[in-house]
Amino acid sequence: MLDQTEDGYITVDGRKIGGVVMEMKNITLRFGGVVAIKDISFDIREGEIRAIIGPNGAGKSSMLNVISGFYNPQEGEVWYHGKPRPRMKPFQVAQQGIARTFQNIALFEGMSVLDNVMTGRLNKMDGSLWKQAIWKGAAEREEVENREKAEQIIDFLEIQAIRKTPVSRLPYGLKKRVELARALVAEPKLLLLDEPMAGMNVEEKEDMSRFILDVNDEFGTTIALIEHDMGVVMDLSDRVVVMDYGKKIGDGTPDEVRNNQEVIDAYLGVAHD
Amino acid sequence: MLDLRKVNEIFARQVPLKSVNAWIRLRGAVRAERTDEGGDTVLAQTQTGVGGLASIPALLHRNATEFGNAPAYREKEYGIWQSWTWAEAEKEIEALALGLVNMGVAEGDFIAIIGRNRPYLYWSIVAAQCVGAIPVPLYQDASAEEMAYVLGHCGARFVIVADQEQVDKVIEVQDQLHQFEHMIYLDPRGLRKYDHTQLHQYSHVQAQGRAAYDEHIKELTRRREKLTYDTTCVMLYTSGTTGKPKGVVLSNRNVIETAKSSAEFDKLGPNEEILAYLPMAWVGDFIFSIGQAYWCGFCVNCPESPDTMMTDLREIGPTYYFAPPRVFETQLTNIMIRMEDASPFKKRMFDYFMAHARRVGPDILDGHSVDFMDRLKYALGELVTYGPLKNTLGFSNVRVGYTAGEAIGPEIFDFYRSLGINLKQLYGQTEATVFITAQPDGEVRSDTVGVPSPGVELRIADNGEVFYRSPGVFVEYYKNAESTADTKDAEGWVATGDAGFIEEGTGHLRIIDRAKDVGKMADGRLFAPKYVENKLKFFPNILEAVVFGNAKTECTAFINIDLTAVGNWAERNNIAYSSYQELAGHPQVMDTIQSHVEEVNASVAEDEMLSGCQVHRFVVLHKELDADDGELTRTRKVRRRIIEEKYADIINALYDGSDKVSTKTEVTYEDGRKGFISATLEIRTAGTNAMRAQMAAE
Repeated sequence: MLDQTEDGYITVDGRKIGGVVMEMKNITLRFGGVVAIKDISFDIREGEIRAIIGPNGAGKSSMLNVISGFYNPQEGEVWYHGKPRPRMKPFQVAQQGIARTFQNIALFEGMSVLDNVMTGRLNKMDGSLWKQAIWKGAAEREEVENREKAEQIIDFLEIQAIRKTPVSRLPYGLKKRVELARALVAEPKLLLLDEPMAGMNVEEKEDMSRFILDVNDEFGTTIALIEHDMGVVMDLSDRVVVMDYGKKIGDGTPDEVRNNQEVIDAYLGVAHD
Repeated sequence: MLDLRKVNEIFARQVPLKSVNAWIRLRGAVRAERTDEGGDTVLAQTQTGVGGLASIPALLHRNATEFGNAPAYREKEYGIWQSWTWAEAEKEIEALALGLVNMGVAEGDFIAIIGRNRPYLYWSIVAAQCVGAIPVPLYQDASAEEMAYVLGHCGARFVIVADQEQVDKVIEVQDQLHQFEHMIYLDPRGLRKYDHTQLHQYSHVQAQGRAAYDEHIKELTRRREKLTYDTTCVMLYTSGTTGKPKGVVLSNRNVIETAKSSAEFDKLGPNEEILAYLPMAWVGDFIFSIGQAYWCGFCVNCPESPDTMMTDLREIGPTYYFAPPRVFETQLTNIMIRMEDASPFKKRMFDYFMAHARRVGPDILDGHSVDFMDRLKYALGELVTYGPLKNTLGFSNVRVGYTAGEAIGPEIFDFYRSLGINLKQLYGQTEATVFITAQPDGEVRSDTVGVPSPGVELRIADNGEVFYRSPGVFVEYYKNAESTADTKDAEGWVATGDAGFIEEGTGHLRIIDRAKDVGKMADGRLFAPKYVENKLKFFPNILEAVVFGNAKTECTAFINIDLTAVGNWAERNNIAYSSYQELAGHPQVMDTIQSHVEEVNASVAEDEMLSGCQVHRFVVLHKELDADDGELTRTRKVRRRIIEEKYADIINALYDGSDKVSTKTEVTYEDGRKGFISATLEIRTAGTNAMRAQMAAE
């Protein structure tokens, strides 16, 4: 086990991880009679890359939706920055500095990449309708500032060449990148990625991995991600939560998880009693 | 809601930027730009190169003093064109040079520079010259091992790189480099966790340089003033179709004399705009973006990223443009593909006016007499077709355009010329500081490479090899006296390695092939593979071709299809394919390629001397020939020996009469890992033509 104290720990590659940002306390989530998540607890620490893995139907996406505030668990609490988080609308969660991408891309297909990325700045725009109408002055300044931030992210993710291209014309891998750009431009403290590599080829996966590491390194963003590709998860993440049938069956560094018998069984399909 | 105002960048230029939909950062106000440069054309031409202008730093100082407010560099970043005037560029370069002195760079040190075209890296080159060091630009897409050879050969103590990718490569081979000491990087992204004992950020080096101004400025001035016409200006490694790359040493004299005479030849002035997008390690980019740019004082524009090059080209609208034939080919292919998808009305208009342009366009461009009605119709075409097309391509302002490096297809060449773009050919090499021959305005043809450039003497040896002598002739190959002596004789004549002849009447040079590739077939007939390959490659469907037949009874060929053109054709004809390999082996694709080969055979048969080079049997390869696999050079020239070894099994099958061959080929992926692909390839026999002379006799 890693040397964990209240203040955090040092990763294998020498990064310093801070204190707990978000903590799941005995979360249980039901849909009618179906129990999607059963009594799960874990924490996410500042600056780390935290992965949630598990076989199909393990409840990973439900877990991410609990973190993002889209689902409210029947039992248990989500603690954010040392306080229990009340029930919230998704936009309120976004205002707390949490941004996400989706498993099935959710972009505005008819709009250009730039416009899509700019929508990520919505929370940073506070000009009233009146100011926007007058345009000169405050609204214009705000637009320029937001555009500047958007351009920095476009540069960071190397999508300059498709800045003006409508999203509908892009291949899948690039759409994923645009979605990441939109999440990043909100300058999140916690970034949630729902299967960022799904459906990608090897090269696209490598690019995406590099971007995720760079985001973490450059902006110090805490990242929680769900991913199917074990290789990617083991390379990227600092700590991994393993879920199976809605239960947590493992939690620790990639090495610990890899050697955990219960995890091996879950992935290789040992019969459950 | 998010519709941005389209703000035009306020460049007070004679030719306004085309469609600059860039936005302006209101706070970082636009820098003062040039106002009027009316009298400066004279200046660039009357300076004689001697008398204080014996080095690039000296030219920089002249430019910064005499037209300091004119733009020297632009780079698109964060969606807008950032620019630096000559005065600002001089300050940036000086800061870096001081930083280098501060870090202990000594006179005569080699400084390697690796990265894509960015103003900062051009400044690195000039800063290295300022401190008396020798800049060595490297190809940025070279593998770590290739870099290890070059860095080890020149013994670079300092390396200036663009980003993490290059840093990683140098670190990978660091242990093999005994002289290597420090690395300076431009983009800090991803490098935070690296050990910084030997690693320094570009901006920090500049900041330290500025801080140590008083301490080092005397030393810097002393070193700058020591530079003479014979000081080494730059060392460029030739990509090398055979053997290890060689370091070509070029002096200030080579570079400045060449820049001067070539600028006069094409009347280049301080108001030119160029887009710097070709590899910095290539001699052409060095001459255009540093030699001529500093001599004339014109502005060098750097694209935002390699992928945005076409958009950036359109925004800048260069007046002076260079591209290898491949770029023109790709653009033409794209135009044709897009026209296929255009509305019937547009397509008919395009076809109608292009037919007219092909007929009269080149004559109008060359200033020949053309019928008044034809001129009128051409003017109408300019309004509705040529003008908009040139604007889309970014060629609206091109006054002088060059292509070189490979033969260009006559149809491609004529297409651009018929649009009114003054596209010309030149012939040159690193050892000549580019220019050996070039086509003067009004004497442009697709099958010659022009007349000797000013100051160049030409001589054809008995075996057909072309020799030249000029002020641009290189000093030596670094640490390779043997090769130097092989290439350059005591009187200064340099062997080009190309076989060619001077056309009677016009005095234009025509190149047939590489002298060493020209061979004899089993029956003694001439074998010139490149000649046939070029003819094959002129078909849009064929990307690459390799012809074999030296010392054999008949010629055979490898062919690579062009995925863009063939893929588009497949799409239009509802032909499904899942991979390059499958498309390449599709029977209909094979049929098309066969018809192309037969057309080439017919045209080759017309030339008595070369009729033996008709392709009897061919195969369409299952993978693209790739520089990463060592099959092409970084400048995309075919490496015959390597291909012959690697595909020996397929070549055997081409000659033993079998109709298919199974093969397994090693491929290198983008990240350097290796894998294998296996395939069964169909071998086709193409129709050939008997020699004309024989036919007549029978």
